[in-house]
Amino acid sequence: MAGDRKPLGLFRNLNAKIAALPMIATVLVVFIGCTLWTVVYSFTSSRSLPMLNFVGIDQYTRLFKSSRWMVSVENIAIYGCLSLVFSIVVGFILAVFMDQKIRFENTFRTIFLYPFALSFIVTGLVWQWILNPLGIEKVVRDLGFESFNLPLLTDRSLVIYAIVIAGLWQGTGLVMALMLAGLRNIDEEIWKAARVDGIPTWKTYVFVIIPMMRPVFVTTLVLIATGIVKLYDLVVAMTNGGPGISSEVPAKYVYDFMFAWANLGQGLAASTVMLTTVLIILIPWAMLEFGGRKGRAG
Amino acid sequence: MKMDTNVGTSVSIRDLSLSFGSVNVLRKLDLEIRDGEFLVLLGPSGCGKSTLLNCIAGLLDVSEGQIIIKGRNVTWEEPKDRGIGMVFQSYALYPQMTVEKNLSFGLRVAGVPKEEIKKRIARAAEILQIEPLLQRKPSALSGGQRQRVAIGRALVRDVDVFLFDEPLSNLDAKLRSELRVEIKRLHQKLGNTMIYVTHDQIEALTLADRIAVMKGGVVQQLDDPMTIYNKPRNRFVAGFIGSPSMNFISGTLAEKAGKPVFRADDLEVALHGYEADEALAPGREVVLGLRPEHIRIGGEGSDGHEAIVDLDEPMGADSLVWLKVAGKPLSVRVESGKRYRPGEKVKVHFNAPMASVFDAKSEERV
Amino acid sequence: MAEATAIQTRSHAHTEPWGAKPKRMFAPSTIMVYGVLIVAALYYLLPLYVMVMTSLKGMPEIRLGNIFAPPVEVTFEPWVKAWSQACTGLYCEGIRTGFWNSVKITFPSVIASILIASVNGYALSNWKFRGSEVFFTILLFGAFIPYQVMLYPLVIITRELGIFGTLTGVVVIHTIFGMPILTLLFRNYFASLPPELFKAARVDGAGFWRIFFQIMLPMSLPIFVVAIILQVTGIWNDFLFGVIFAGTPNFPMTVQLNNIVNSVQGVKEYNVNMAATILTGAVPLLIYFLSGRYFVRGIAAGAVKG
Repeated sequence: MAGDRKPLGLFRNLNAKIAALPMIATVLVVFIGCTLWTVVYSFTSSRSLPMLNFVGIDQYTRLFKSSRWMVSVENIAIYGCLSLVFSIVVGFILAVFMDQKIRFENTFRTIFLYPFALSFIVTGLVWQWILNPLGIEKVVRDLGFESFNLPLLTDRSLVIYAIVIAGLWQGTGLVMALMLAGLRNIDEEIWKAARVDGIPTWKTYVFVIIPMMRPVFVTTLVLIATGIVKLYDLVVAMTNGGPGISSEVPAKYVYDFMFAWANLGQGLAASTVMLTTVLIILIPWAMLEFGGRKGRAG
Repeated sequence: MKMDTNVGTSVSIRDLSLSFGSVNVLRKLDLEIRDGEFLVLLGPSGCGKSTLLNCIAGLLDVSEGQIIIKGRNVTWEEPKDRGIGMVFQSYALYPQMTVEKNLSFGLRVAGVPKEEIKKRIARAAEILQIEPLLQRKPSALSGGQRQRVAIGRALVRDVDVFLFDEPLSNLDAKLRSELRVEIKRLHQKLGNTMIYVTHDQIEALTLADRIAVMKGGVVQQLDDPMTIYNKPRNRFVAGFIGSPSMNFISGTLAEKAGKPVFRADDLEVALHGYEADEALAPGREVVLGLRPEHIRIGGEGSDGHEAIVDLDEPMGADSLVWLKVAGKPLSVRVESGKRYRPGEKVKVHFNAPMASVFDAKSEERV
Repeated sequence: MAEATAIQTRSHAHTEPWGAKPKRMFAPSTIMVYGVLIVAALYYLLPLYVMVMTSLKGMPEIRLGNIFAPPVEVTFEPWVKAWSQACTGLYCEGIRTGFWNSVKITFPSVIASILIASVNGYALSNWKFRGSEVFFTILLFGAFIPYQVMLYPLVIITRELGIFGTLTGVVVIHTIFGMPILTLLFRNYFASLPPELFKAARVDGAGFWRIFFQIMLPMSLPIFVVAIILQVTGIWNDFLFGVIFAGTPNFPMTVQLNNIVNSVQGVKEYNVNMAATILTGAVPLLIYFLSGRYFVRGIAAGAVKG
C-alpha cells in the first residue's frame, strides 16, 4: 500500500464502485435503456415481435382514436382526482384527530393503516364481494327497502367509483400516517404561541400548520399521483375492466396489448403516454423541490 | 522543490489548497510544525481549521500542495499509513464495542500481535486512568470518560502526531477545564507533536506552544500565545483573541512635540513606548486597539482623559466598566469591589506600549 | 385547634379557582373527535370482518343471509378447500402452491435486494465518487417511472439471459425495482450516523468492507428490520411481476388467488374465495400487526424523506 503513486481514475475508491455496480447497471440498462427502447419502438409497427419499421406517430393516432384508450384515460382521471382529493382531505382530518392527544392512538393507527399492508388483489376481491348483489345491496333490501339498488359493479357509469372506494380504503391510512408524522414534526412551541395569542385551534391549523406542512403535502401528492398512474392490480381483481370496457385503465391497456393481444406497438405507445404523464407531474415538483434546495445551499 | 526536511520538523504543509467546486476552503497554506510542538489551529467556524486537520489526517483529498509528516510525503496516503492518531469532538467511539475493543480495533486491523496489543492498551489505560472502564460499552460512560477513551484510541496507535478536532467542545465548562489540564499534562509526558483545532481561545492560549489563527482558509498569524495576544498581526486577530474583546478607535496619526500621537476627534493618545514595525507617519488613517486591561481608571481630579461611566458589569474576579471617552465607547477591566455608577465622571489612562495600531485600510499592524 | 381553622379557611377558598382545573369528561369536541375516529375505524374494519365471517359460513347461509351477520353454523370447510382444493383453471390444488411459490420468490428477493441496496446505500453515503450522486438521482427518478414502460424490454432481456419465466427471473426483477426505495432508505440511514465514526474507523485503518461489516452493520439493525418488513410485504403483495416474469408453475399467491376467485368456470364459492383471500393477506397482515411501529417508520422513512 505505498501511497507515493496516486491511485487514479477508475481504480480510486474501487470498492465503492463495485458496491454501486448493481445500481449503475440498473440505472443504465433498466431505467434509461429500457425506457428509451420503449419510446423508440413506440414509433414502429411492431406486432408480436419488436421490429424497427418506423411508422411515425401512427400508433399514437390509433391510440387516441381507440375508445378503449379514451375510456381508460377518462377512468384514470376520475379515479385520480377523487382519490387525490379524498385521501388527502380524509387523511389529514384523521391525522388531526389522531393528534389531539387521544387515548388508544396506537389502536386507531393500527386499524387505519392495516389495509395498506394488504395487496391490491386482496383489496379488490374483498370489495368485489361487499359490493356484490349478495352484499350490502341484499342487506339493505332485507331491511325492508325492497327497491334499493347499489349497482356499483354492474353499472357502466358507476363502476369506476367502486374502484375509487376500494382504493381509498387501501391507501388513506398511509396518507394519515404521513400527515401525522408531519404534524408531529411541527415545533410544540408553535402551539404554545398560538395558545398564548388566543388563536382558535382550527385557525391555527388552517393558517399556520397547513402552510408549514407544505412539503409533506407536496410529497404526499406526488406519491399518490405516481401511484395512481400505476393502477392495475386493483382493477384486474375487482372488475377485470368490466362490465364491457367501462373500468379499463391505461396500465391494463398496455398489459393487454403487449402480452395478451400481441400488438406491441400499441402497448408501447400507450406506455410512452403514461411515461409522459408521470414526467409532467414529476418535473415541476423536482424543480421546485431540488432546484429550490440548491439555491438555498449556494 | 523544497526538500529541506530538517530533523526538527514534524509536519509540514506546503502550498496546500482545497476547494469544493468554486468554494476555496484552504488557500495556498504553508505551515511548519516542529517536533514535539503543541500547535493550536484557532478561528471562527468556517475558517477552514477543521478542514485543514482532516487534510492532514488524510480524510479529505487536497486539491493542491503537499503534506509531509516526519519527512515522508503522505499527500496521497491513506489515513492509517500517515502515522497519526485522531480525537474527535463527538468522541466517535464505536457504540457496539467495549472500551477495550474500541482501543484495540485499529491495532487488530493492522494485525499487531495480541501480546503487543495488550501491552499498549495497558499503558494507555494507565496513563488515562481508564483501567476500570475497559469492559464497559461507550453508552455506559460519562462524557469525560468517553473523551478519555477517544484519546486512548489515539494513544495506543503509538504515533508521532496527534490530531485533536475540538475534543472538548461537547463537554460542560467544568469538565472542559479539567480535561484541558490533562491534555497539557499528556503532552508534557509524551512529547508528541499535537495539532489541536478549537474555536475556544482560552483552550488555545493555555495549551499551545504556538497558535495559528485562521480566517477564510488562510493563516492570519502563527506565533506563541503571548505574541498573539499582545502583538496581534492584524485587526482580525486582535478582535478574535481576548475576552472581553479589544477596544477599537478609528482616527489618524499625528505628531506632537516630535512624538507620535493618535488622534480621534477630541481624543488624543500619546504613543510613546509603542514598538512600531514601521514609521508612524503623521496623517495616516489608523485604528487604535486597546485591551480592557490596558486602560486604567483613576479618580476624578487626577490627570488623564475625561470619561463618563455608562455601564458596570461585575464578572466575579473583576468587572468590566463601559465608558464614553470623547463620545467613543470603551470597555475597561477593573478589580472587582469597586463599583461605578452610570453617569459618574472618571479619568482614564492608556497603557500605550501595550496598544496595537492598525492601518485603517489594510487592517495590518503598524 | 389551629389545624381545624386552617382546614376551614382552605375549604372556604374552594369557591374560588384553587388547585387542579376541573376537567370535563365529555366535552363536545372530545365526543366529536372520538366519534369520527370510531366511525372511521368501523369503516376500515368492516371488510376484514366481512371476510372472516363469510369464510366461516356455508354457501346456503351466504345465499340467504346477510353479509354482516355472524355465521349461524361455523364451518372451517371453506378454509380447507381454499388451501388444498380450490381450482385455478384446470388444476385443483388450492392456494397452497401459490403460497409456497410466494415463499420461494419472497425469500431470495428480500435477501438479494437488501444486500445490494444496503451496500449501495453505504457507498453512496460514505464513499461518494464522481458521478455517484447522478446515478442515485436517476435511480430515484426511476422509482416513479410506471413499470409498464420498462416491462417489455425487461422481458426481452430476461429471455435472452434465459431466466424469463423462472424464479430467478422474478427475483432479479424484484431486486431491480426494490433498489430505489431501499437504497434511499439505507443511504439516509447511514448518512444520519455520525460521520466522525466513519473517520475514526478510517484513521484506525479499516477499509470499505471492514467499516461496513464491523462498524456500520452492528449499528443498523433497526433499519434492516424496516427494510425486511418493507420488502416482504411489497414482494408478497406483488401481482404484475409475478404474472409476467415468474412463469405459470411459479405463479405467486396473489396471481393464483385472482385466478381462483375470478375464474369463469364453475359455481362461485364466496366462502372459499374469502378464505383464500384471507390466507393471501395473512402473511403481510401478520408482519404488520407484529411490527406496527417499524412498519410505519418504514413507509414514513421511504416517503417523507424522498
